[in-house]
Amino acid sequence: MRQRNCDFVGTTMEVDGQSTLSLREFGCEQNLLSRPDGSSSFVQGDTSVLAGVYGPAEVKVSKEIYDRATLEVVIQPKVGLPDCIKILQTGSLVMQCQHLPQDGSKMLKMGSPIWNMDSRVKERAREQCVRETCEAALLSTLHPRSSLSLVLQVVHDDGSLLSCCLNAACMALMDTGLPMGCLFCGVTCAIDPEGHIVTDPTAQQEKNSRAVMTFAIDSAQRRVMMSSTKGSFSVNELQQCIAVSQRASEKFFQFYRDSVRRRYSKTL
Amino acid sequence: MAAGFKTAEPLEYHRSFLKENCRPDGRELGEFRTTTLNIGSISTADGSALVKIGNSTVICGIKGELATPPTDAPNNGYIVPNVDLPPLCSSKFRPGPPGEQAQAASQFIADVFESSEVILKEELCIEKEKVCWVLYCDIMCLDYDGNLLDACLIALLAALRNVQLPEVSINKETDLAEVNPDRKRHLNVARHPISSSFAVFDDSIVIVDPTAEEEALSTAMMTVVTDEDDTLCMLHKPGGTSLSSEKLQDCINRAVTRNREVGKLINTVIQSVKTHKPLMFSLYKVMKTKMEEPSGGSSVKGVKGDTA
Repeated sequence: MRQRNCDFVGTTMEVDGQSTLSLREFGCEQNLLSRPDGSSSFVQGDTSVLAGVYGPAEVKVSKEIYDRATLEVVIQPKVGLPDCIKILQTGSLVMQCQHLPQDGSKMLKMGSPIWNMDSRVKERAREQCVRETCEAALLSTLHPRSSLSLVLQVVHDDGSLLSCCLNAACMALMDTGLPMGCLFCGVTCAIDPEGHIVTDPTAQQEKNSRAVMTFAIDSAQRRVMMSSTKGSFSVNELQQCIAVSQRASEKFFQFYRDSVRRRYSKTL
Repeated sequence: MAAGFKTAEPLEYHRSFLKENCRPDGRELGEFRTTTLNIGSISTADGSALVKIGNSTVICGIKGELATPPTDAPNNGYIVPNVDLPPLCSSKFRPGPPGEQAQAASQFIADVFESSEVILKEELCIEKEKVCWVLYCDIMCLDYDGNLLDACLIALLAALRNVQLPEVSINKETDLAEVNPDRKRHLNVARHPISSSFAVFDDSIVIVDPTAEEEALSTAMMTVVTDEDDTLCMLHKPGGTSLSSEKLQDCINRAVTRNREVGKLINTVIQSVKTHKPLMFSLYKVMKTKMEEPSGGSSVKGVKGDTA
C-alpha cells in the first residue's frame, strides 16, 4: 500500500532585470485514487486538474502498434459531456439539440448558428497536445503492443489550464512508474496590452491579454517540447516568453524533485 | 534494390538522404514543393479556391448565409471553418465521424482566425441584433500527401479573397432582409496569415513541407503562422521532441520568406482574375480547361521555395 503524497509550494517572486516571474501557489497530490495505476491532482492557484493513468494494459487490436505502446489521452471538461444533450438558450428561444457523435465537428444548423466551434473540438486539440508531449517523454518502446490511457478531469479552470493538465499528466505518469526519457512541465505566459509578460495567468488575466502562449519544457535540456499560442505577437516577444518559461520550469522541476525526495525518503 | 530498401527500412532510407542534405524527392531540406493555386473553382459557392502543394490537394468552398447575430455579441457575424478528411484522400482516414486529425485541423484554422483577425467579425454584421452573415468555410482534402495545415490555410485565404457577397438591406416596413444579387462586394481581408510546416527528424534535422511519408517518420511536427508584417499569429507544436530556441528562430525566418512567396502567388492569381473582363475570362476558362485544369477560374503555378 502506497502512501498518499501531498506537497504545496508558496508563491514565488523573483525580479530579474526586465520582468517579474511570479507563479501562483501550486501544489500536487499523488496516488490519491485507488483504481488507477497512477494518479495525481495538480493545483495552480484556483486551477485544478485530476489525472489518472491506466496501463500498461491490453490494447484493442485496431489500436495496436507493433513496436510501442498506444497512448490515449482524454480530457474531461468540468461542465458538459462529450455526447450528451445540450440545452442552449438563444434569445427567447430554447432549443434542445441532440449532439450526435457522428458529426463531432459539424455545427448545428437549426435556425441560427448556436456556437461556432463545438467545445469538444477544443478538448480534442488540447488532448492532442498533451498526448504528443507524453509520447515524446515516455519510453513507450519498452511496452510494445500495450495500451496506456491517461484521463484528465478538469476540476476547476481559472486560467493556464493546458499547463496544469501537462503538470498533472507528468506527475501521474511518474506515480505510475512508467519509464520516461525525461520529465516535462507546462508553463503559460500571457502578454498584457502594455507588453508585460505575466506567467501563470488567471482566467481574467488571460482574457485581458493580447496573447497567451503555453509551452511544455523538457527537464533534460530545458527546450520547448510543445507550444500552443493564441493572439499575435512579435518574434522578440516569443523568445522572451520562452526564456521566462524556461526559468519558470526550474521551479516546477525543483518542486518535482523535492516532492519525490520527500515521498521516498525514510525519515518522513 | 532501392525500392526494397525503402519498404524494409523506411527510416534508414530517409536518413541516408538527409545525411547528404537532400530528400528522396530531390528537394533540399528547406525547399517547399511546387504550390499551385486556382481560385473560383466552384461556381456554386460564394468563394472558392483549390490548392496543390506537391500532391497534396485541398479545396475550399465558402457559402454565405443570413442569420441572427449571437446574443452575447450582437454586432458580430460568424465564421465557421470545418476541415474534412474523407477516406478518399488517404487510406489513413476511415469513413464516419471526423477523426482527431480533422478536428485538430478545424480547431487550428479557427484559432488562426481568432488570433489574426483575418476578417473583422463586426464587418459581417448587417444590422445590429437583427441580421448578419455566417460564412461556412468548408475545406476538403482531395489528396493527402502531408502538410495539410499549410494547404488548408492558403485555400481558405484565397477563397476568402474570392468571396463576393450580395448587398443586403433591411426593409423598414416589413422588417425583413432584402438581398440585392446585382450588387456584390468583396470581403475586406485585413491580414494575410500564411503557415509553414516543419518536421523534425532524429531530434535535430528540421525539414520544411513534409510529405505524408516524412510526417509519419518524423519525431515532431511544427507549424508557424506569420502575417505580412512578420508578426507571429501562431506557433503550433503539438508535442514531439523538443527544439532549441535557435532552431525555432530558423523556422520562423523560413516562415517569413514563405509568407512573401505565397502572398505574391495569391495576389498574382487574384490579379489575373480581375484583369480578364467577363468575355475574356470565359475564354481564358476554356483555354485553361483544354490545357490542364478541369475546373474554371484562374490558376498560377509557381512558388517553389528556395533554401532556408
